[in-house]
Amino acid sequence: MNRFDFIAPHNISEAVAAAAEPGSAYLAAGTNLLDLMKIGVSRPVRLIDITRLPGLDRIEWQPDGGVRIGAMVRNSDLAYDPRFARTFPAVAEALLSGASAQLRNAATIGGNLMQRTRCAYFQDTASACNRRVPGSGCDALHGENRLHAVVGWSEHCIATHPSDFCVPLAALDAVVELEGPQGKREIPLEDFHRLPGETPEQETALAPAELIVALRLPAEAARFAANARYLKLRERTSYAFAVVSAAAALEINDGVISHARLALGAIAAKPWRAREAEASLAGAEPTLEAFTRAAGFALADARPSGDNAFKIELARRIAVRALILAAEGTPEVMPALPASPFSTTPGASHVA
Amino acid sequence: MSLDAPSTNARYGSNAGQPLTRRDGVLKVTGRATYAADNHPDGMLYAVTAVSRIARGRVTSLDVEATKAHPGVVEVMTPASRPPLAHDPDEKMPPFGFRIEVLQDSTVRYANQPIALVIAETLEAATEGAALLNPQYDADEPRTGIDDGLRFDPPAVGVGGPPKAAFGDVEAGLAKAAQVLERDYVTPAQYHNAMEPHAVVAEWDGDHVMLDMPNQALAMSCASYATYFGIPPENVTIRSPFLGGGFGSKAIINGPQILAILAARALKRPVKLVLSRAQMYGPVGHRGGTWQKLRIGLNNDGQLTALHHKSISATSSFDDFLEPAANASTHLYASPALLSEHEGIRLDTGTPGPMRAPGEASGSAALEVAIDEAADACGMDPLDFRLHNYAETEPGSGRPFSSKALRECYAEGAKRFGWAGRPLASRQMRDKNGFLVGWGMGTALFPCPHFPAEARATLRADGTALVETAGADMGQGAWTALAQIAAEALGLDPEQVELHSGISTLPDGGIAGGSGHTASAGLALNNAGKDAIAQLSELATNDPASPLFGAGNIGVEARAGRLYRRDDETRSESYAEILARAGRREIVGTAKASRDPAAAEAHAMFSHGAVFAEVKVDPDLGQIRVTRLVGAFAAGRIINPRLVESQYFGGMIWGVSFALHEEAIIDHRTGRIMNADLAEYHVPINADIPSLEAILIPENDPFVNAIGVKGVGEIGITGTVGAIANAIWHATGVRVRKFPVRLEDIIG
Ligand SMILES: Cc1cc2nc3c(=O)[nH]c(=O)nc-3n(C[C@H](O)[C@H](O)[C@H](O)COP(=O)(O)OP(=O)(O)OC[C@H]3O[C@@H](n4cnc5c(N)ncnc54)[C@H](O)[C@@H]3O)c2cc1C
Ligand code: SF4
Repeated sequence: MNRFDFIAPHNISEAVAAAAEPGSAYLAAGTNLLDLMKIGVSRPVRLIDITRLPGLDRIEWQPDGGVRIGAMVRNSDLAYDPRFARTFPAVAEALLSGASAQLRNAATIGGNLMQRTRCAYFQDTASACNRRVPGSGCDALHGENRLHAVVGWSEHCIATHPSDFCVPLAALDAVVELEGPQGKREIPLEDFHRLPGETPEQETALAPAELIVALRLPAEAARFAANARYLKLRERTSYAFAVVSAAAALEINDGVISHARLALGAIAAKPWRAREAEASLAGAEPTLEAFTRAAGFALADARPSGDNAFKIELARRIAVRALILAAEGTPEVMPALPASPFSTTPGASHVA
Repeated sequence: MSLDAPSTNARYGSNAGQPLTRRDGVLKVTGRATYAADNHPDGMLYAVTAVSRIARGRVTSLDVEATKAHPGVVEVMTPASRPPLAHDPDEKMPPFGFRIEVLQDSTVRYANQPIALVIAETLEAATEGAALLNPQYDADEPRTGIDDGLRFDPPAVGVGGPPKAAFGDVEAGLAKAAQVLERDYVTPAQYHNAMEPHAVVAEWDGDHVMLDMPNQALAMSCASYATYFGIPPENVTIRSPFLGGGFGSKAIINGPQILAILAARALKRPVKLVLSRAQMYGPVGHRGGTWQKLRIGLNNDGQLTALHHKSISATSSFDDFLEPAANASTHLYASPALLSEHEGIRLDTGTPGPMRAPGEASGSAALEVAIDEAADACGMDPLDFRLHNYAETEPGSGRPFSSKALRECYAEGAKRFGWAGRPLASRQMRDKNGFLVGWGMGTALFPCPHFPAEARATLRADGTALVETAGADMGQGAWTALAQIAAEALGLDPEQVELHSGISTLPDGGIAGGSGHTASAGLALNNAGKDAIAQLSELATNDPASPLFGAGNIGVEARAGRLYRRDDETRSESYAEILARAGRREIVGTAKASRDPAAAEAHAMFSHGAVFAEVKVDPDLGQIRVTRLVGAFAAGRIINPRLVESQYFGGMIWGVSFALHEEAIIDHRTGRIMNADLAEYHVPINADIPSLEAILIPENDPFVNAIGVKGVGEIGITGTVGAIANAIWHATGVRVRKFPVRLEDIIG
């Protein structure tokens, strides 16, 4: 790890001012940033500690029923907030399916949005990686890319965004509030992460020194509370990143879907909102046929970026399954194995 | 199990056989047990290795100046500056030592090989110093795949084992078979991920060196280090009170530690080196990959007519450790003809080494799936098929087994699991949630090696005892089980016995490997205890003032701190009284123990077991969960059922890991391992192991050694891997012959 300055600002404007110096990085819980610093992928010259900034650790309910979540709220605190979990159950389920209990207790909302790809070549400084070193090439393209992207990728980068949390957020029209040298602005979560195109190093819409201060979920997203699931396929029962995942949310009236939301995770450099699929479900009955058709729309443009054609089929299937589970209804209590296909296994009582 | 439940295995009316809790348990759960890296002698420096990012070629330059300029960096050791060693690192170190990479030249033989050592005042400075070296390479094409490596006929496999075993005429057996099954299996390279990484704190005092390091073979390691540093073995002291897991990798000398010890000598200050997790994927041994082929001849009665098991086992380009995988077939099933053989393949990786059940694990994985396939081909239940091919005596030699309660393991395991009624065909069972359910089984087998060991038992004036042997507690509970054995020999309660171990200045406790530590060090302690009691009896029976006077011929018995006349319970005396009257402060018993060669010659010695697995598989998504594992094992006399159960659990969990998770993912273009961290190199987590049961089958073995102890540390992996793969087939109809089993294998 290189030598760096450590700055503890007292308020947001101090933080933003400090971050304006080139080579700065915001430090939240550090569960991603410090790992990357230890392996030499990130080498900031100054760390700006935002963990002590006042006012960023609150969950605030809006008069209209929407919610505003401070960037420093811990993943666990949000997932276990009773009103939040009741109102946005798929988001809580996604949070609880991520990482481990220890990591969730530390990791922040802002950090989760900003976490970097898990592409092994991104993490290996001896590999060519356009995302890490623009123009250097992409060693994943013809390398070990079994888990890489199947939609939205380019020859320049085939990485995926690993967040679970962001998948239902994209489905539910979450909005990110930012504050930077230019002042405040907000941006839909769906536009927050970028597809690689020719500039994979531009991972998000965040401008230099901009700070995520909060995240909002609109009141209308609460209409899905009774029929919302997040489902995540993993290579072990817990504590693993998704191979593919899906957030499905339905509003069903008199046996007909009035509104549907679907987003897929771990298949692209951003959470993949499937608007065509959603449209195909509006007005349909919640049947396997309808769900299968919708999943087909969701992956219509998918193509393998390498040794990962199986992910396309898996993504299709997990979309169908998530829709089926959503139609069956949000579970009364959080499943013991959140987001797991095995969450229905009786007997277990802990969150793994 | 209840803590104070009397064991059916207890002999001599002793404490052994009781499920005592670990003596060091409280120290460990309160953080007071100190591991090697917890040592911080005054003036200590930190060493960090810089490692190669190519797998084959040469380092052409290192920016030593940049590193030295970094604040806190004290020294940089490179091939140009590395002080000499007294032993050529390109020569093997007998008996088990490998060639090691200690900056002897600029050659790179594998990715993650040390190419320099940076020593600094802080860990951070050393780490950054290593990063600043900015190595330049002249890289050659790496050979890390099955198609790239040089093949060769190995003179030996494992640690000096025979590369080939044969009896009968395999080709004739196959020719006359009603059907022949020919199958290929692949097991990946797996890397050591003990919770405690390799570490050393080295401190020199003149030409004596003190090494705090986790170590599974204290005496052997002292001798090896002494040879490297040109000093007498007694000048090397290794302290290894606790190991955070060994699994075979801490029994072998590795390059990084040698470099740190060299640095400590050169700089005349203590030096600490702790490998990072990623650095474990190279210089400290791993389970080499295998490509195995099995050919099985079957007659119309479902019996083997021939068994041919060949393993192509990977090793490094510069040294030999080949997974003796095919040997897993040589002692298990009855067959009139057998050929097990190995071919080596040289890859640009670190040299593999022993890793929990080396050979047995990979070989059993292939064999047990093949046997399942054979049972299916014969239309037989897998358990019936195994019973049908049960080896009553050692296949080939016809020697009797010293003991073999495998039938009981099959029966008891099947009963507890509920095996009866299992449908023969695959894809027959579903649970209420619609998951596919499958049941599979495998036989477990592990040999019973015995290492020479020494011990000392001192009976003290107060009637308590101190027993000593330089053994290793890697978490398995040796401190507890060994004390129980000693206490039994001494006729004392375990609380009256103080055990000193884990430091090389004590009598040689042998090697903690091959599942042979309890037997080896235990036998030495037993014999030392008996020696002390014999001396005490001698004192008492020759002393006219003792109630035991004259009992020399009849004999006395040691029990609860007293000697009793064998034919007259009313005549007894406490140890303390005997010692006091004789004016002795203590009596010291000693022993050098090894296995009786005649018994070993006459018998085949193995632990056995049967593992039953239930898996559930999501029919659409392919996700697999091992919902139940039941293992029944027979391993001679059980000294401490609590600890043994835990060993079986650990082994079976590793079986899950082998079957479903572990794999080093190598980019063959560069030879680098792309998942050298615990986020991506998966091992099971708690949620992967919902239900685990280990059954301890009683077994009396009068031949294996005087204490009747076999080994339990490794056998749990064997059998389990196959059982899981077979259960997956039973659930899904998909026969996966490449480990670990992946989602895409299941969904097709
Ligand atoms: C072993 C392991 C397993 C994991 N498994 C999962 C998983 O299954 N699913 C999943 O979703 N995640 C997983 N994670 C990732 C985890 O969710 C993230 O590491 C965590 O959310 C990051 O939050 P943090 O507060 O620690 O961020 P930090 O590490 O502190 O920061 C991460 C990045 O975000 C930037 N940043 C942080 N806060 C802000 C802000 N307010 N404004 C602007 N920039 C900011 C930092 O500068 C940095 O670049 C795993 C992580 C690990 C280590
Ligand atoms: S896929 Fe993207 S992150 Fe991975 S190596 Fe290629 S450019 Fe880098």
